[in-house]
Formats: sequence, C-alpha cells, structure tokens
Amino acid sequence: MLADALLLQLGYNATLVTIGAALLGIASGVAGTFLFLRKRALVSDAISHATLPGVGLAFVAMVAMGGEGRSLIGLLLGAGVSAAFGLLCVQWLTDRTRLGEDAAIGAVLSVFFGFGVVILTVVQTMNAGRQAGLEGFLLGSTAGMLRSDAILLAVSAALVLLLVVILRRPLGLAAFDPDYAEAAGWSLPRVDLAMMGIVLVVTVVGLKVVGLILIVALLIVPPVTARFWTERADHVVIIAGIVGGVSGYAGAAASAVAPALPTGPIVVLVGFGIFLFSLLLSPGRGVLASVLTHLRYQRRVHVRQGLLALAQGQPIYEVLTRRLLERRGLMLPDGVPTPAGQAAASKALLDETRWAIVRGDQAFALAAMRYDGLTPIEDVLTPDQLVEVDGKIATPQVVA
Amino acid sequence: MNIALVTSQDTDHAVRAASPLAVRGMTVSYGQTPAIFSVDMTVRAGAMTAIVGPNGAGKSTLLKAALGVITPLAGSVTAFGEPMADMRDRIAYVPQRASVDWDFPVRVIDVVMMGMYRKLGLLGRVRGQHKTLAKNCLDRVGMADFAHRQIGQLSGGQQQRVFLARALAQEADVYVLDEPFAGVDAATEKAIIAVLKGLRDAGKTVLAVHHDLATVPDYFDDVLLLNTQVVAFGAVSETFTEDNLQAAYGGRLTTARADPESVAG
Repeated sequence: MLADALLLQLGYNATLVTIGAALLGIASGVAGTFLFLRKRALVSDAISHATLPGVGLAFVAMVAMGGEGRSLIGLLLGAGVSAAFGLLCVQWLTDRTRLGEDAAIGAVLSVFFGFGVVILTVVQTMNAGRQAGLEGFLLGSTAGMLRSDAILLAVSAALVLLLVVILRRPLGLAAFDPDYAEAAGWSLPRVDLAMMGIVLVVTVVGLKVVGLILIVALLIVPPVTARFWTERADHVVIIAGIVGGVSGYAGAAASAVAPALPTGPIVVLVGFGIFLFSLLLSPGRGVLASVLTHLRYQRRVHVRQGLLALAQGQPIYEVLTRRLLERRGLMLPDGVPTPAGQAAASKALLDETRWAIVRGDQAFALAAMRYDGLTPIEDVLTPDQLVEVDGKIATPQVVA
Repeated sequence: MNIALVTSQDTDHAVRAASPLAVRGMTVSYGQTPAIFSVDMTVRAGAMTAIVGPNGAGKSTLLKAALGVITPLAGSVTAFGEPMADMRDRIAYVPQRASVDWDFPVRVIDVVMMGMYRKLGLLGRVRGQHKTLAKNCLDRVGMADFAHRQIGQLSGGQQQRVFLARALAQEADVYVLDEPFAGVDAATEKAIIAVLKGLRDAGKTVLAVHHDLATVPDYFDDVLLLNTQVVAFGAVSETFTEDNLQAAYGGRLTTARADPESVAG
C-alpha cells in the first residue's frame, strides 16, 4: 500500500497531493536555508502563526460578499496579508523598542494565533458559508486538494527557486557578514525583507499541506540536516531542497495510505528521520564521526607523549599511554622500549627538536603555523629546508 | 587642543573632493549617550591613517558610521567628494573578526569571491579571470594553500588574512580596517602590514582602527586620536605626542602602553 503511494499508484488525487507536497518541501528547504544561516529561523514561526487571523477574516469577507468562503486563493491571500502584518510587527518591535527579537516573536506569535482562534470560533457559529475544513489550516489537510491547488504550489515553488537563484549572493553575504554586506552597498533591511518575502510565500502556500503550526519545521529541519553533509552554503541550499522534497513526498504518500493521519505531522516526522540519520552518521559533523575522531586524536597524542617520554628516559604513568605503546609493540610491559620503540622514540624527539627550531625562526613563520604537536615535520618542510633546520641543531648559537 | 577653523563652504568642498573619505559633524549615539560626538575627519589620499583611542572611545563606531553600516544621529560623509552611496565600489571594508559567524558553511576561496560580488552583480557568471584574481589575492596574504578549507578551521590570524584578501579582491582605492591586528600572531601582523604598505605605495589609501600605541609611528603616516570627540588629528610626527596621548587616554595611558590588548575594542 505504501509502495503504491510512493510510486504514485493511488489515484489522481493522492498523486496530486504527493507531488504538491514534494514541491513545497523543495521550496521550503531552499527558502529556509538562508533563514537558518541568518540565525532567524524562529521568525518563520511568528509568520506562520500570524496567518490564522487572515484565514478567518478572509473567510468572513468572502461570505459577506456572497460567496461560500472556500476559495483557497482567497483564504491564502488573507493569510498572506496578516502574516506580512505580523512580520512587520516583529520587525518594528525589534528595531524600535528595547525588546529582543525572541520576545517580539513570542508576543506576535501568541497574540496573532489567539486572535485567529477567536475569529475561527466565531466563524464556526456563522450560518452562512461552508466553514468546515478551516481547521485544516492548523495541522494541514490534503484531503480534497484540487488540481488548481497543486498548480498553485508548483508555481509558488518555481517562484521561490527563481528568487533564491537571483538573490543568492546578497542573501549569503548578509548571513555570513552583515557589516561587510552593508558597507559593500547591499541594503541589509532590503535583503532581509526579500528573504522574509520568500519565506512568507512558502509559509502561506504551505498552510494547506502541513498547516501553520508545523510549517516552521519544514523550513528549519532541511537546512539543519543539510549542514551535516557539507561546508559550502550553495551545497546546503541544494541538499536542503532535496531533503525537503523527499520529506514532503514521503510524508504525503504515507498520509495518503492512512487518510486519518494529518499530512503535516507525517511530513515533519519523515524530515526528522533524515535529520536523525544525519546527526548520528554524517561523516564530518555527525556525532559518531566526532566521537571517533576525538578518540583517534586522543590516541595519537598519548602515543606521541609516550614516545617523547621514552626518548628522554622518563617513566610513563598513564595507563592508556602504556597500553597503547604496548599494543603497538613499542614498549614492553616493564616500561622498557622495544627496538622499534627506540627508533620511533628518537624519531619523535628529532621531530620535536626540529619543530622547536622552526617555531622559533621567523623565516619559517608560514610552516610554523601548521604545528599541532603531531604532524611529522617532513610533511611541512622540503628536504632542503630540513637540512637547513638540522644545521641549526648541530651548532647551538650562544645568545649574547 | 584643536580649535575648529571657520572655513567657507567652498574651501571645504575642495578639501572634501580631494579626500577619499571625509566625515563632517558625525554624531552616533546608542541610547542617550553619544558614542562619538561631532567628529570631523578628512583622510589624506595615499596615506595610512590610524584611529587610536581608549576603550569605548568610539573608534569602530566612527568607521561603521563613515561606511554607512550604522545610521548616525547627525553628520555627513563624502568619498572623493561624492556621496558615500555612489562610491562604495571604491572602498573596501575589513570588519572586526568578532562580527562574523565563523561556523558559516563557506570556504576560504568563497569568502574572497565575496569581494567581487559588487562587480559580478546578481547574476554575473564567475569566470576564469575572477578565480585567478581571487587566488592572487590569497597569495598576496600568504594563504594560497588554504583556498579550500572551511573558514572556521583557520586560526584567528589566518582568518584576518582571508578578510584582507577579500578586500583586495574588491580592487578598491580605499581600505578601511577595524582592528586588523587584534588577536593575530606576529607572522600575520607582519604579513598584513606589508600588504597595507604595498597598497599605500601603490597610491591607495588605508584607514585602520589600531590599538597598539607602540607600533603607530612604524606603521602609520597620520593618526586620529579619538575619545568620543577628536582629540587630535594630523601627521604622526606632529600629532602623536605625549600631551595629545595624555589628553586622549587620561589616566589609562600607562595601562594602554603596558597591555595593548586591554584597549582593543
């Protein structure tokens, strides 16, 4: 059943929803990357919660004009307007008052959401219009998604991708080094406004699919996940788009199999699964890799210190050092070095002596920057330079 | 003390036109206390100028306000006699290292490329010539071997060199640096000052916030002593005097001399 859903075999409507969710995932992953890099991810939470009054008021307005109040475009327009207003409130509170951005987000988020709930409650008691389904904006509901809705998602996703491609340079610069960006003539308020505009589009069109409470996860989880796999901002954007797309696709397919489950939470959980995998297993920044790197590094330090101690005839007390040296066949259990240990120890001592000279000599300043206590000096200096260094060991200079 | 001379507007216009960076009546305030008050500064073209002063004197603030990074309460700035906004391409800024997110996913070479963003525009393609320029700039600061490292893996001094390389990539006429020598190793300090002097000898203008009083005469031609207001401004030989330093630093002068880092910031 799930396989059918993933292969888009569950009929027209489910296919539409799945593709729509994938497009939304790509757009939000890409848009969320810059928000994440700019360290303003939570602003999107304020934006999304601020959509709710707009949805309610748009419904009321459409009913008042004699409609059913069900037009998705109409509802999303209302959501967009009130979200933009909420965003302006956050911006104003942050810039013009002593409140920090976190406090401003908290205030705007709760007040707008509270107001929205009140309006929706009032709407439920209205006799006109077909208000059933408005609560789907909270957690997302893709049941009854229309072809036109899917087209709206596709167009918005394309628009977001286009804007990000055009604005990638100022967006990246503003996130990395805002002072330089401003001095170079990119207006920071305008760059931020553009970024928030992009996020606003994603948030509003995503309401129907994942709901306003969870859209923030779709903006943040993909870039955070992508960051585990690369050290380049442009690659973070691409990977985040892929992670978001896969989450949307798989999440929507899963909820097509079990229609009772809301789409939003499933999409977010799929994204979280990819995040967890990356957190634990990514090669560079993952938890497992960090632990292994640290252990390997610790062992190298212990062996090095042990060898230096052997070379200078000092006793070794640390259990780990002794065990490592013995296991490598460098030292006997009674603390006496083996022939191999002797050789390695004098090599280590020579290395250290050469490094000491290199680090004390301005002529080798560039090479000295690479000193970490472990790197063999042959990796840094040319044979000619080594000869030069060794010349200074042989003839110690008396300081006048 | 300096006594402001009454100059006619025409004379000042000419003075400004000749200066790569001229600040008039600049006041910046965070809250109700001014960080800098009514600062005039006319940077001399082709010279290396230091901004020196005690902790909290407003040195960085002056730079940021001059470059439009922060909005002043009052004052105006011209670059080559034109409004600052039109001259940004000709002015390269090296911000304080602390102002940047060093865990940002970006490689050294990408940071240097940022110096060319204005020239490239939004959609301009990065071509071979741009990459060559970026590599040359890294080479000039001795960082060519580090081009593909993530910026956070570098030491403080190396990061500062990369920042300088980014400014070089801008191919500007004026180089404005905020504490370029703060917390860097001796080799980096040497490398940076060599590059800056090279720029000056090529006719460029250098303006830097500096915290080490001992090296001011060696490194710079002109000095501006700042303590919220301008205490003195002119050639190092005439301005960098015991009396002026005493006026700028007051009782903190001995501490400032003993430990240059204590007045950084």
